[in-house]
Amino acid sequence: MNINFTLISQAVAFSVFIWFTVKFVWPPLLRAIEERQKTIADGLAAGERGRHELELASQRSSDVLKEAKQRASEIILQAEKRASEIVEESKRTAKEEGDRIILGAKADIEHEVFSAKEALRQHVAELAVAGAAKILRREVDAKAHADMLVSIGEDLK
Amino acid sequence: MASDTELTPTSYINHHLTNLTTQVSEGSFWVLHVDTLVTSLILGVISFGSIWLIVRKATPGVPSKRQAFVELAVEFIDNEVKNTFHGNRHVFVAPTALTIFVWVLMMNAMDILPIDIMAWIYEHAFGLHNWRTVPTTDVNTTFALALSIWFLMLYFNVKIKGWGGWMHELFCTPFGKNPLLWVLNLLFNFIEYVSKPLSHSLRLFGNIYAGEIIFLLLGMWAATGVSGAIFGAILGAGWAIFHILIVTLQAFIFMMLTVVYISMAHESH
Repeated sequence: MNINFTLISQAVAFSVFIWFTVKFVWPPLLRAIEERQKTIADGLAAGERGRHELELASQRSSDVLKEAKQRASEIILQAEKRASEIVEESKRTAKEEGDRIILGAKADIEHEVFSAKEALRQHVAELAVAGAAKILRREVDAKAHADMLVSIGEDLK
Repeated sequence: MASDTELTPTSYINHHLTNLTTQVSEGSFWVLHVDTLVTSLILGVISFGSIWLIVRKATPGVPSKRQAFVELAVEFIDNEVKNTFHGNRHVFVAPTALTIFVWVLMMNAMDILPIDIMAWIYEHAFGLHNWRTVPTTDVNTTFALALSIWFLMLYFNVKIKGWGGWMHELFCTPFGKNPLLWVLNLLFNFIEYVSKPLSHSLRLFGNIYAGEIIFLLLGMWAATGVSGAIFGAILGAGWAIFHILIVTLQAFIFMMLTVVYISMAHESH
């Protein structure tokens, strides 16, 4: 264990090796490592972003789906409403048409009744006049009582 | 092996613990452990050179297996530094921690090489009689590292807090601002500043040195015969496997203490 000049020579060698490592070994390797770390970090970030976008897209698609379903059900509801409206309307139209037909038929019937009554009255008047003429053939001068017959006939109308 | 003298356990161990030295200049200090310096330099050049070759072609895309391995080590160290040091660690602290971890780990790992086979290779391939393979079993290496870090610590103390801030810290922490406590604070900080490099370097040195001694002691089983050699080989294998843990752990501890010391220099109390 004797300290001698070897110590100084070793210290010099040591400083040279330190200088060499500081200058030539450490920087290029550190650069490479840092660059790779950055690449990896970028890749991870891109992956994260992609996942986030996928999440957004799936949310959007489910939103769209939900909206479409809602729209479809609205359309179906409207269609049902419309259908029932159409049914109601046609019912009403049919009823109106029926009423109108009935009204027309009634008017016809009244008209028929009226003309039948007219004809009947004419007949009755003629019959009454004929009967009265037969009864009064002899006593009544047709000419003389013509006015009376006419007025009777008028009354019977 | 020392062929001119009788081979005893003491001479065996001494042989393995003797550095190849060269006299640089006059005086007992100006001695250089050539084996320590050359081995550590070769290890440093190989490890940092190959890391540099891989890192030079680093791509931010899909990394090659080698690049992935280097990135694994770098990110491990970077994480440890991040948990301790709160500042821009990429400028200095983290690369320094990487340097220390890799270099100390490589130097410690030399302990796993079979010591007698390596000695035979040095002797017969290179004609070197004494060559210690493990630089961290040389206290000069660990002190060189610890003292360098100690000076870095002082440098950052002054750089971050300024002279005034550092002096304030030396005199007013940890006990308080009262002038009566100044001497006590200074004494406390003095002990801390002395003990830091000592414990830092001696922990690494002691662990690796003890590991080497145990390899040597196990190697001596070979002197008792064939069965002793087999027994020693099995124990040696077990110790080597366990030593993988110690080698890595000591390198890691050394690195972490460095980071902690430099972080403490950056943070005012």
